[in-house]
Amino acid sequence: MKKLVSIALALILVFALCSIGYADNPVVKIGVFEPQSGDNGAGGKQEVLGMQYANYLTPTVEIDGVEYDVELVYADNASSNDKAPTAAQTLISSGVSVVLGSYGSGVSIAASDTFDAAGVPAIGVTCTNPQVTAGCDVYFRICFLDPFQGTVLANFAKSELGATKAYCLAKQGDDYSGGLCNYFIEAFGADNCVYEQFPDGTSDYSTYITNAQNQGCDVFFSPVSTEAAAQIIAKANTQALGMPILAGDTWDSNVILAAAKGTDLQICVTTFYQEGADAEFDAGIKEWINSDATALANNGGNDELAAVTVMGFDAYYMALEALKAAGSTDPADVLEVLPGVTYEGVTGAIAFDEIGDALRDSAFVKSCNTETGVWDFVSVATVG
Amino acid sequence: MQTVLPYIISGISVGGQYALIAIGYTMVYGILRLINFAHGDVFMVAGLIMVYLAASLPLYVAIPLVILLTVLLGFTIERVAYKPLRTAPRMSVMISAIGVSYLLQNLALYITGGLNKNYPQIPWISDRISILGMETTRVTVITPFLTILLVVLLVLLINHTKIGMAMRAVSLDFEVSQLMGVQINTVISVTFVIGTFLAAVGSILFFTNYPGVVPTSGAMPGLKAFVAAVFGGIGSIPGAVIGAFIIGIAESIIKGLDTILIVNGAITEQIGLATFSDAFTFVLLIIILVFKPTGLFGEKTADKV
Amino acid sequence: MTQKKSKKGAWIALIAVLAWLGLVFALDQLIKPTDKLGMLLIVLQKGSVYALAAVSMNLLNGYTGLFSLGHAGFMLLGAYTYAIFTIPDKNRDTVYQYFHAVVRFSIPEKLSQGMGGFGTALGVLIALLLAGLVAAVMAYLIGLPVLRLKSDYLAIATLGFAEIIRAVFQWSKLGPVTNGSNLLKNFARVSKFKLELGGTKLSLSTFVPVLIATVSITLIVLIVNSTYGRAFKAIRDDEVAAEAMGINLAKHKMLSFVTSSFFAGVAGATLAMVLSIAQANNFKSAMTYEILLMVVLGGIGSITGSVIGSMLFVAASEWWLRGLDSGSFLGIEAPGVFRNGFRLVVFSIIIMIVVLFFRKGIMGEKELPDLFRRKKKAAPAGKEAAE
Repeated sequence: MKKLVSIALALILVFALCSIGYADNPVVKIGVFEPQSGDNGAGGKQEVLGMQYANYLTPTVEIDGVEYDVELVYADNASSNDKAPTAAQTLISSGVSVVLGSYGSGVSIAASDTFDAAGVPAIGVTCTNPQVTAGCDVYFRICFLDPFQGTVLANFAKSELGATKAYCLAKQGDDYSGGLCNYFIEAFGADNCVYEQFPDGTSDYSTYITNAQNQGCDVFFSPVSTEAAAQIIAKANTQALGMPILAGDTWDSNVILAAAKGTDLQICVTTFYQEGADAEFDAGIKEWINSDATALANNGGNDELAAVTVMGFDAYYMALEALKAAGSTDPADVLEVLPGVTYEGVTGAIAFDEIGDALRDSAFVKSCNTETGVWDFVSVATVG
Repeated sequence: MQTVLPYIISGISVGGQYALIAIGYTMVYGILRLINFAHGDVFMVAGLIMVYLAASLPLYVAIPLVILLTVLLGFTIERVAYKPLRTAPRMSVMISAIGVSYLLQNLALYITGGLNKNYPQIPWISDRISILGMETTRVTVITPFLTILLVVLLVLLINHTKIGMAMRAVSLDFEVSQLMGVQINTVISVTFVIGTFLAAVGSILFFTNYPGVVPTSGAMPGLKAFVAAVFGGIGSIPGAVIGAFIIGIAESIIKGLDTILIVNGAITEQIGLATFSDAFTFVLLIIILVFKPTGLFGEKTADKV
Repeated sequence: MTQKKSKKGAWIALIAVLAWLGLVFALDQLIKPTDKLGMLLIVLQKGSVYALAAVSMNLLNGYTGLFSLGHAGFMLLGAYTYAIFTIPDKNRDTVYQYFHAVVRFSIPEKLSQGMGGFGTALGVLIALLLAGLVAAVMAYLIGLPVLRLKSDYLAIATLGFAEIIRAVFQWSKLGPVTNGSNLLKNFARVSKFKLELGGTKLSLSTFVPVLIATVSITLIVLIVNSTYGRAFKAIRDDEVAAEAMGINLAKHKMLSFVTSSFFAGVAGATLAMVLSIAQANNFKSAMTYEILLMVVLGGIGSITGSVIGSMLFVAASEWWLRGLDSGSFLGIEAPGVFRNGFRLVVFSIIIMIVVLFFRKGIMGEKELPDLFRRKKKAAPAGKEAAE
């Protein structure tokens, strides 16, 4: 017994020494404010993958002539608005220079005040609701916004799908689906939309599908989380929905592909990235995902790329650019230079407008191939 | 009618699943006077066990094993968390039940990593079928019949076996039946075993129909099943079943009420009544508690309310 | 206990409270959010909110013996009342993104126009009281039918009411008032509370919630030690005997329920203030259960217990045990075991152990001064023991 204890103690000591001896470079911390559990846990994990891959490719950054090791610090906001402020605070008190995230708009809105109070800049990755950056000086984002995406989707529903009456389904209190539905309805025409919200903890989506059928709708718009999406797809299949399903960027995920495979549904989504646009990047990240069991599991068990992963990748480099431009690891300095930082990312050129939103004017439209279980490219959509 | 029918059929199916959970509540309450808050979470755990077992075992092995493990869980919870508190005030036992519920949810959160788990498809019962001009799954149609069959068997067990007689005796008077030589602990264990067995069957039916399991999956169905038990008259098995069907149908119709009213021309735009699909259950509960505290079929006893 | 002694005890208690507030104020200035100790402030903020919530629940569950599980509902009412009446006018339309807000004034803003900083503080205070009052009025209405029920039926009925309140607040038709199911933000919140003294800005972000909780808990202590408090305890110990002694059961139960809900409303408002958001969906029955477990942890029937219980609960779950979720804890590296959610598993096991084996919790029915007194016989009794 004594031996065991002493061995254990020695091991702990060795580990402790290792962790001290390892740090020869100074460390700059980047906060990862993403959901790892809850409704958006799967999506959050995919977004983090992009950052981790970027960190794997570029683990250091030169700030003001000094080589820094980049350390990603994680905080799980649990997809929950009431846990978000505390998760943000843990990042802030662990001394991060800049924060990336989140997937899902609600948590970003909920935490914006905490970041603001501490003066720590945050770069939203795929939070598309206008409220994230509106009235918050420290929040920036690299994705397009819901008013844009909603309009693109409404135009697509009208002109490409020939829809005249839309059924819109959002989750109650969820700023992502609620916001997107709101802007979709604005663009599509409120009189021709049926808008419903399901409460948190819903397991029965069949009645909503019956509602859409009963009211004679001809497109089913439900930009909800992938968790709900998988169940909606299953129910739509067994209840013979009989109309195309339309959704936003969250649905660009292999969860949807897996759920839709083998059904006779038509599913279209708008998104940030089309696999194949940068073949070299695709090959590299797929190899990395396949070589790392945890990464593979976090991506849902296969190497199908989600657009959010690519966005996470770009966000990481955006943060590095900001650190380089600031020439310092002090959050205040990063915040000062961030509005002027630009970067040519895999998903396109990124620059901020005066509110802190990305200047983006195009989205990819994809449709799900239910036979092979992959996304087919449909078009690049703009609003002009 | 064609508009309302799908909601009613879906409601009957959910009602059947609630009924199977409600029996566990009503039997335990009848004997121990305990709201077993953890019962809904046992139902959720049964779902998770299935998810993990079906990943590596064929279904004909997995399903019996799920039921067996769930029953074992129910038995263990009673022995570990409730039995030591048998002489403690009722509030302590209820707090213990809330603690178990908290523990089970957090364990599920840990094991699943907080992610949604997809329930395996069970062949045949999850197939798509067409009845009365509407498309649905076979499990929707089977559930009410299976529920009623199980309830009939249970009532036979309670009315015609020795253990059934003991259970009736204990629920009538705990102390006196103990004095008469009834093995209280055996009776209570059997009650928990039967309750969790039905919850496990209910869980298979429920999650086949709504195939996503999260740590909080059991909380709402559990509460609703309890309300069903109170509504029907706590301690009464047929009461719990009827209460569950009423709640299931009401819930389903409220979710579709906007649409039903619009299609029938009563209103012209959505008014968001679906928000109250869960809350309506509690409105029913409060109405029944205030006006007929013994429930629809409950016996009158002085001690209950 | 003689008059003299309790007077002395009251003085000691007052000094202790003032010292505590002074300490918090100093911490507020010394620690910045970006510091390593920044979490301490968060724990103090959240801990004091939950302490107030737990103490108010204890007043009902522990002192009056009414087992109610509706706390989250009353906190929701408080949080929403506070938030709706303190959103500055210029932010109103951003917050009510999808609705046209009907409440179009902010109490602190209105008052600050005439009275400056003092007006803002007064406005926040008024909004807080309003939050408590709304919760109390609702409690009165709910209490009329519900308080006739006993033990577990009361528990399940109050739980049901909390769920109904939550659904009503999420209803889209009430959107112009409640913002539907969407979150309320940009109202008067702790990160904006500053004291300007001769050009230097002093942070009040931790001080204010701690102050609110301390004052409210002191009030509850005074109630518990009054004749009403003794009547509550008599009802808890034996209803029939209490009635025989001339205690009006219905009146005292209602009084306890309404008072408890008032402070639950204030706690809800303070929670909104601390989190800087309010959303109905966060006030689920799980929140009530957590508060109940804090009460149990501290000891049912002990106010100091509830305070210690909730502070420990919050500190452990938000701060100390965080490592259990992120791979390393107390120097042990085990990413396979210490992953997301492990903290809560450890935590719930601790709670089960307390529930099963230490049924009295940390304090039982004792208060802090009781411990003090046992060591030194006839030592000055503190505030809570003044009965």
